[in-house]
Amino acid sequence: MSEAVVETIELTKRFGGVTAVDRVNFRLGERELRCLIGPNGAGKSTFFKCLTGQYPLDHGSGRILIRGNDVGGLRPHHIVRMGVGIKTQVPSVMNGLTVMENLWLAARRTHGWDRCGSEVQRVVDEVGLGDIARRTVGELAHGQRQMVEIGIVLAQEPWLVLLDEPAAGITGAEVERLVNLIGQINKTASVIVVDHDMEFVRMLGADITVFYQGAVLTEGHVDDVLADARVREVYIGNRA
Amino acid sequence: MKFWPSIGRLRWGWFLLGAAVMLLWPVFFDTHTPTILLVWALFALSLGLMWGYAGLLSFGHTAYFGLGAYVYAISVVNIGESTVPLLLAILIPAIVAAIIGAMMFYGRISDVYMGVITLVVSLILFKFMSATAGDQYAIGDARLGGFNGIPGFAVLNVPGLPDVSLFGVPMYYVAAVALLGCYLISRWLLARSFGRVLVGIRENEARCELLGYSVPAYKTAIFSISAAMAGLAGCLFANWAEIVTPSVFSLRSAAEVIIWVIVGGLGTLVGPILGAIVLGMLKLLLSEQTVIDNSLILGFILVVVVLAIPRGVVPALQGWFGKRTRIRTQRAVHVRARRRVAAPAPGRTS
Ligand SMILES: Nc1ncnc2c1ncn2[C@@H]1O[C@H](COP(=O)(O)OP(=O)(O)OP(=O)(O)O)[C@@H](O)[C@H]1O
Ligand SMILES: [Mg+2]
Repeated sequence: MSEAVVETIELTKRFGGVTAVDRVNFRLGERELRCLIGPNGAGKSTFFKCLTGQYPLDHGSGRILIRGNDVGGLRPHHIVRMGVGIKTQVPSVMNGLTVMENLWLAARRTHGWDRCGSEVQRVVDEVGLGDIARRTVGELAHGQRQMVEIGIVLAQEPWLVLLDEPAAGITGAEVERLVNLIGQINKTASVIVVDHDMEFVRMLGADITVFYQGAVLTEGHVDDVLADARVREVYIGNRA
Repeated sequence: MKFWPSIGRLRWGWFLLGAAVMLLWPVFFDTHTPTILLVWALFALSLGLMWGYAGLLSFGHTAYFGLGAYVYAISVVNIGESTVPLLLAILIPAIVAAIIGAMMFYGRISDVYMGVITLVVSLILFKFMSATAGDQYAIGDARLGGFNGIPGFAVLNVPGLPDVSLFGVPMYYVAAVALLGCYLISRWLLARSFGRVLVGIRENEARCELLGYSVPAYKTAIFSISAAMAGLAGCLFANWAEIVTPSVFSLRSAAEVIIWVIVGGLGTLVGPILGAIVLGMLKLLLSEQTVIDNSLILGFILVVVVLAIPRGVVPALQGWFGKRTRIRTQRAVHVRARRRVAAPAPGRTS
């Protein structure tokens, strides 16, 4: 078996009495695309935040290996410098700055001063931000801000991409563009996508990991998982 | 991307105009009051750089201003020649701020606590310096003097020539050059990656961290740079006043500089400078009369500005001029377009 890009061993995260992530063993291979689904409060976002160090790991609550390096205890900026990019669930962008300025800051960390300009242009074209490139991000609609944040992640040129609900607030033809874009990203990076929208998940056509009450309920190919009675029950039970 | 609209750039025309006015001023007018106004402007610039661009408000920036003043007085009494004391007055506040800043920012305290800590630091210095009246409180030959402070030390001299004092008009020029120099340094910092990342941190600290920037390092650096400028301003203040007393640390001056920056305009460099000069002058004029207490008037101005133009005077003016020129160019484009429509196409006869 080749070295995993991400591997968690018995990863656990508690908030007081709530166990948000419960002994999760997760493995993501090179260039793999994986969807993470599960009802509200299943612990998907918390899982991401553990991977990026936004929630520090408590002692004795499992391990996180990124390309074989134990990242438990590292600050987020150290982890992302390894080559990890994250789009958070609530768009985390620099609202007072223009789209291009946002992208510039993302590009600057990995590129020299002289290359940032062309890098920003590349991302603007790739994500299709041309019309709004000079607008202030705070003025944009939710869906547009989502795309800006995906652009920010792209500008970092990461080899591990975490996308937390990228399709929220995005509609119609835009969804198709997003699916293509994720495919594009996946050519050079391993990707984990969290989403609720089953239609979107189906379009991505990747393997799925289902979270339920902090633990992994099941894992497998999209068609098998969506046909699984337990998964249906978990979803329908929670949606009702 | 050479240019970031959210930060703006140095406008050489305005800069040279301002520099010319400042440098030619002594030819026509008295310099005693303008000198202190420039010193206050430098102090306000130091706070405006850190607060307006990195989003860090120091409630007690007088700590570094006052440290600069005391460090200069104490070391010039001991050394005599003023070059080293001047450098120490910049360096020591910078180091103190770097230590306090590192503790605050690497300790990840919230903005509110940062305000409290910076305020407490300047209050402690105020209390401590006020309590140093006895003979036992001396550093080398310099007696700290408690509430009466340290009087009668040597003012700045031409570097290497201890007998040639920079007094009066030369002192004015020192203050002017210090202000212009610090302004250029600030602009230079803002035009670099360093300044851009600071603005990014002001806008979204968590995102900058997720981009891989070490947020505490950036904050500590700008805090220290700002304290260095405040220390320089304090040193020049000591030279102007020729006495240093604990009042340099007072709550009143800490509040004043915050008001100058807010009224002038956060997120600009010219705003704090003009705010300090105009409100500083007003303060001096008002202190000559006894009918109304002048902090009342300063407070009133603050309330009016915060309610009427929350962004501050300079950004509001910039916005207003920007809009007017945009409208004018738009109108010109429209007029040209209409002419083109109205003019018969060449070659066609009616
Ligand atoms: N910072 C926190 N403090 C306390 N509890 C938290 C915190 N963050 C998350 N939780 C709890 O942990 C559980 C998992 O939350 P999480 O946000 O990871 O779920 P999720 O799967 O992302 O849900 P959603 O689909 O709604 O985004 C929830 O019960 C939530 O209330
Ligand atoms: Mg979530």
